[in-house]
Amino acid sequence: MTPVSINTGRLRSPFYPRLAELDSLNTWHNWAGYSSAEALYCEDMEYFAIRNSTGVFDITPMTKYRITGPDALDYLNRLVTRDMRKIKPGRVAYAIWCDDQGQVIDDGTIFHLREGEYRLCSQERHLAWLTTAAIGFDVTVKEETAEIAALAVQGPTSYSVLKNMGIDGLDSLKPFGLIHHQIFGTELMVSRTGFTGDLGYELWIDPDKAIDLWDALFAAGKLHGIQAIGTHALDLARKEAGYLAPFEDFLPAETTVRTGRTRSPLEIGMEWLVDFNKDNFNGRRALLKEKAEGSTWRLVKLDIEGNKTADHSYIYADDKKNSDEIGFITSAAWSPVCKQNIALGTVRTPHGKPGDNVWVEVYYQREMHWNRVMAKATVVDKPFWFPARRGMTPPAPF
Amino acid sequence: MKKYDAIVVGAGHNGLANAAFLAKAGMDVLCVEKNDYIGGAAVSRELYQDWKYSNCSYVCSLLRPEIYRNLELHKHGLQITPYGGSVQFMENGDYFGSYHDPEAAHREMARHSKHDADAYTRYSTDTMRQCRLIRNFLLRTAPDPTSFKPRDIKELMLLGNKFLELGEDRLYEAIRFWTMSVADYLGEYFETDVIKTALSGSGIIGTALGIHSPGTAYVLLHHYMGDVDGNVGSWGFARGGMGAVSNALAGALQSYGGEIRSESGVDQIIVKNNRVQGVALESGEEIYAPVVVSNMDVKRTFLNCMDEKDLPASFYNRIKNFKIRGSSGKLNIALDGMPTFPALPPGSELIGHADMHFIDSMERMERAYDDWKDGTWSKDPYIDCTIPSAVDPTMTPPGKHFMSCFVQYCPAQIEGRAWTSEERDAFTKSVIDQISNYSPDFKDLILHVETRTPQDIEDQIGITEGNIFHGELTMDQLLFNRPVPGYAQYRAPVNGLYMCGSSTHPGGGVMAAPGANAAREILYDLKLKNTVPENFGDD
Repeated sequence: MTPVSINTGRLRSPFYPRLAELDSLNTWHNWAGYSSAEALYCEDMEYFAIRNSTGVFDITPMTKYRITGPDALDYLNRLVTRDMRKIKPGRVAYAIWCDDQGQVIDDGTIFHLREGEYRLCSQERHLAWLTTAAIGFDVTVKEETAEIAALAVQGPTSYSVLKNMGIDGLDSLKPFGLIHHQIFGTELMVSRTGFTGDLGYELWIDPDKAIDLWDALFAAGKLHGIQAIGTHALDLARKEAGYLAPFEDFLPAETTVRTGRTRSPLEIGMEWLVDFNKDNFNGRRALLKEKAEGSTWRLVKLDIEGNKTADHSYIYADDKKNSDEIGFITSAAWSPVCKQNIALGTVRTPHGKPGDNVWVEVYYQREMHWNRVMAKATVVDKPFWFPARRGMTPPAPF
Repeated sequence: MKKYDAIVVGAGHNGLANAAFLAKAGMDVLCVEKNDYIGGAAVSRELYQDWKYSNCSYVCSLLRPEIYRNLELHKHGLQITPYGGSVQFMENGDYFGSYHDPEAAHREMARHSKHDADAYTRYSTDTMRQCRLIRNFLLRTAPDPTSFKPRDIKELMLLGNKFLELGEDRLYEAIRFWTMSVADYLGEYFETDVIKTALSGSGIIGTALGIHSPGTAYVLLHHYMGDVDGNVGSWGFARGGMGAVSNALAGALQSYGGEIRSESGVDQIIVKNNRVQGVALESGEEIYAPVVVSNMDVKRTFLNCMDEKDLPASFYNRIKNFKIRGSSGKLNIALDGMPTFPALPPGSELIGHADMHFIDSMERMERAYDDWKDGTWSKDPYIDCTIPSAVDPTMTPPGKHFMSCFVQYCPAQIEGRAWTSEERDAFTKSVIDQISNYSPDFKDLILHVETRTPQDIEDQIGITEGNIFHGELTMDQLLFNRPVPGYAQYRAPVNGLYMCGSSTHPGGGVMAAPGANAAREILYDLKLKNTVPENFGDD
């Protein structure tokens, strides 16, 4: 018997050969066992590709599950907090799922690929929970991460790029819609989804055709400013869009040791994803109780005065001396496109209602020396960046 | 004749740590040891020329970093080097490896079960939660729940608060965890036999219980909460073998002016009018001190080295019934080279560096225990096999290796009588044969084997039945019930006599916490300044 050997190092996505050609910075990090580029040539320029032309990000490492079977819909409806009956074939839902205590296990996107056939994508790996939650349902949950290669194609010219590639049906494809397209002798799935808050798409294909897809995409995008990007550029874009990152803006419940460090959907601004009108779903009883009694935490989007980035800052109710802290910043950035000092944070209720003012204690370094400033911040309820083109159908050739 | 402030009986790691903290407080301390070497069960012995044998304890993970730092053990030569991974050889020719890198570990687990690979996240989180709870109490004296002394009430409140901080659901979990079997615990997360088997070993090591016996889930913690350089759950080799731990503690003790006398076994602890007077050595010599601290296990201390008439009758009976059953043996092997393991891919980082096990099912684990219950050694044992020389260049000549095989189960007596030499040989053979099943050249590389049954360990080191924890780590013998109710605060029912071995809270493993905790109590009684550090906070 030949000894079984596994790759004990980092996996490489099927797009790796092309990314490696474009990479001049050699900064890679671990994403679910894969090497993922932090930046390829310049993170600033890569960010502006997202906002100005088209940025292409390899999302192959995203955990993917195929959910099929007669009870697939009922299963998902029990699993997640929103009403999945409203998500018709060809539609995509952002969703949250909770443990019995109503604490967020993770968030992700659920693609209704065809009648009764779904794909669930998330940052973390959840087969154990998805299997546990399947008890009583005639449903099959299959992990298929490595069986699908995927790219996020994001930015104002992304529509033109894909159209130029010969993909039909884009004109009627609305945000959170998906279509299937035949190419390279296989099926390419195109969804109008993404993590940038801009006009953009995600492409899903057989890994054997990954290089063909990449080459066709970059050929089609050549005159539309297409650029490969790394995670740093994407992370800045997602903060502008007000999207949450697990382990930064909330902790997945299954990884959280300390009591009180998990969050319910109501505490991370996801009340709109919780539908108490539907039948039993996991965490429902706990969430109903929380809704009646009030939540402990509230996730806030902050527009902070000045230009000093508020990473890791405490949040205070006022700027008086010896004031008690009411929370802390979880993600912060200077937004190049909004020219705003933005942040996501967590505060104790009742603080943090939209329109409230809070104060943020910002430490910043200038030529080795540290300074401190108390900056006034306003709680906002809309994403910092929400361009009209994001929702336009058909999009224009921006 | 010189009179000391305190005599510590036994130069095991807890005795040395205890003596070091007393000496640091300015006491004139003597540590007496029956053997001609110090360290008790934390030793590096040259049993084959140019080889160092960690022939008892073999890995270091629980040694309290607070003690390490406070006694400046690095200045006395101690260095702990982490090693990675483990491997479970399977009867079907495959293997299940565990890697230091979490992604590699996940991938290998997913090769056996994708479900289990993902379930490991929750398992790890839940187990860590129990670890964090108990870690708070390692360097604290267990409170007496029946006492109204302010100290006890304060400690009880702390204990209660730590439990309450868990919240309602997790409080249930904690109570279940402390009483359930490791097999049941693992069954709540995993579905794959070999993965459960790999994780179950830590629940029974050093314990005369099977994987299905209630209380074994807790034992996991004594293997899971190790700190090496602050990385919870990792393990390490003491550079130069486990004797490096004892030597460093001895160095610290001597730097504070303490003395150590080897070849000075204690025959009797001398008591007059319910007050300790000192010790009578086996040589007949008597040494006097107002404080005597026993690093021996409680059975040896009270049943062998004291006059029962000096002790309360029910206490004496409870000590007699203290569970300290011999369940494990040891094979220490000098090898002419690194054995090959054909199941592993060539060049695998697991070769030599991993903890190796040659058992692959829960059924086999439990059957191994059945043999012990029948009064004999496991014919198909659970072996925890390490090759420290693959990591530590100081253990053997270059290219040669030292292999430590911890073997379970192995009774102190065979069907109630002493081992015969034929039986020792058969025990040795069962271990070597099991390893040889997965390593064809292993037998040919053997230069020397030391076999230690629990009886050998008792005869040589003094631990009753060779029980590595100085008494089982079950709920009835933990916290304020360790060793016995009412005597969990290191004080014996004789004035001036204290216990500092692993029979006391928080129990066994090369942790040094019992020794340190006992020192804190002694210094408190003597109204001397405390020298024992507190737990590092972890909020």
